[in-house]
Amino acid sequence: MDYRTVPSICPYCGCGCGILLEVSDGKVVGVLPQKGHPVNDGKLCIKGWTCHEFINSPERLTRPLLREGEGFREVSWDEAIGLVASRLSEIRDKYGPDSIAFLCSAKCSNEENYLIQKFARAVIGTNNIDHCARL
Amino acid sequence: MEELRKRVKELLEKGEIDGFLGYRGSFPYLFTDPADLKDLEVPSERYPLPKILISLFRRRPEGRFGVLVRGCEERGIMELVKNAKLERDKVMMIGVACSKEQASSCRCPKPYPDVPVLYGEKVEGVQARDDIERIEAMEEGERLSFWLYEFSKCIKCYGCRNICPQCFCDTCTLEEGDLVKRGVLPPEVPAFHLVRAFHMAGRCIDCGLCEEACPANIPLRTLYRKVREGVEELLGYEPGASWEEKEPLGYLGDGRYEIPERLI
Repeated sequence: MDYRTVPSICPYCGCGCGILLEVSDGKVVGVLPQKGHPVNDGKLCIKGWTCHEFINSPERLTRPLLREGEGFREVSWDEAIGLVASRLSEIRDKYGPDSIAFLCSAKCSNEENYLIQKFARAVIGTNNIDHCARL
Repeated sequence: MEELRKRVKELLEKGEIDGFLGYRGSFPYLFTDPADLKDLEVPSERYPLPKILISLFRRRPEGRFGVLVRGCEERGIMELVKNAKLERDKVMMIGVACSKEQASSCRCPKPYPDVPVLYGEKVEGVQARDDIERIEAMEEGERLSFWLYEFSKCIKCYGCRNICPQCFCDTCTLEEGDLVKRGVLPPEVPAFHLVRAFHMAGRCIDCGLCEEACPANIPLRTLYRKVREGVEELLGYEPGASWEEKEPLGYLGDGRYEIPERLI
C-alpha cells in the first residue's frame, strides 16, 4: 500500500490555489490545502476541497458524445473533431467569423489557453474570446 | 534528524510497521521503503496526520503504522483511540518536539509528546488565554455582535471540519439538508458554527488547524478553546491529557454502562 501527496493547482477558478492531491495505490483519494503556498497558504474554498471528486466520478465524460435527437451517441475522437471543424467552417462562411465566440478554461494549461485564442483569432478570425476565470 | 531516520529504518526493516506516516520534504508521505528515508523531514508546516492515519487504516484495517507526532498530534491520537477510530497497539508514535517559536505562535501548552522525542529540543509550553480574555472583556452586546460578524464571514468551505483531526463522523450534521440550507451564504448565523463548537466538546485538542485553514479568518480556535474550558469546568475533562480518563461523552450515566463499540 502506498500513500503520498502530490502538489498541484486547483483546477477551478483563475486564483490558482495550491493543493496536495492525496494519492493511494495509484488513485486520487482526497485533497489538502497546500501550506505556505503563495496564493492560498493552507486555505481553500469548497470547490478546492472537493476538486478531486470528479476524477473518478462515474458521471465524468471520458469519450466524445454526439447529440442525436433526444440522446447521445458515443463517437470516436476523429469523428467528433471532424464534425466540430466542418460545422465551425460552415457557420463562419455563412454568418461571418464574429458569429462564433470561444470560452476557454482555468482547467487548461497556459499553453492550451494560448492555443485557443490563437485559433479564434488566426483561424476563425474573431476576437470573441473570453475565459471562465472572468465569470 | 539522523536518530529519527535510523529509528524508522529499524522499524521498517524489522517489519514492526507496514509504513511510516511522516513528511517527505514538507508534504505528507507514507514511507514504506527504507531507502526513501533520506527524504524524511520535520517541516514547520502541520498537516492532520492523525486524520490521514484513519484513512490508511480504512484501506488496510489489519495494518500497523508508524506516525510522526508533535504534542498536539499525540493528543489527537489519544482521543481518536478513545473514540474507537484508531487502535492504540497498531499505531507506533515517533515523537518530535516543536521549537519555541512554534510553541508560542500556536499558544501550545505542551509542545512535545509523551512518547520519546527523537527530533527537536523540548521547550516549555505557553499558558496563555489572552485571546479568550480579549473577548471576555467585552460587554455582552459587543461580544454578541463580535461573533455574529465573525460567523457572517463564513464562506461554508467546510475547511474547519475537513482539516480537523477530531472530525471523523461518516455523516455530518453540517451537511444535513434539513438542518443546513443548501446554496445560501453565510450558513445560518450563529447555528452553523455553534453546532460545530458543541461537537468539539470533549474532543477538541486545541491544535488550531481549523483556524489555519479558515479562508475567512474566523477566530475558530478561540471559540473552541472556550468550549474546552467549559468542558473542563463542567465535566472535569481535558481532551488529550491522559489515556486512562474516559471521555465524558463516551459513556452514559455513572459510567457503568458503556456505549457498545459498534454504535460509536
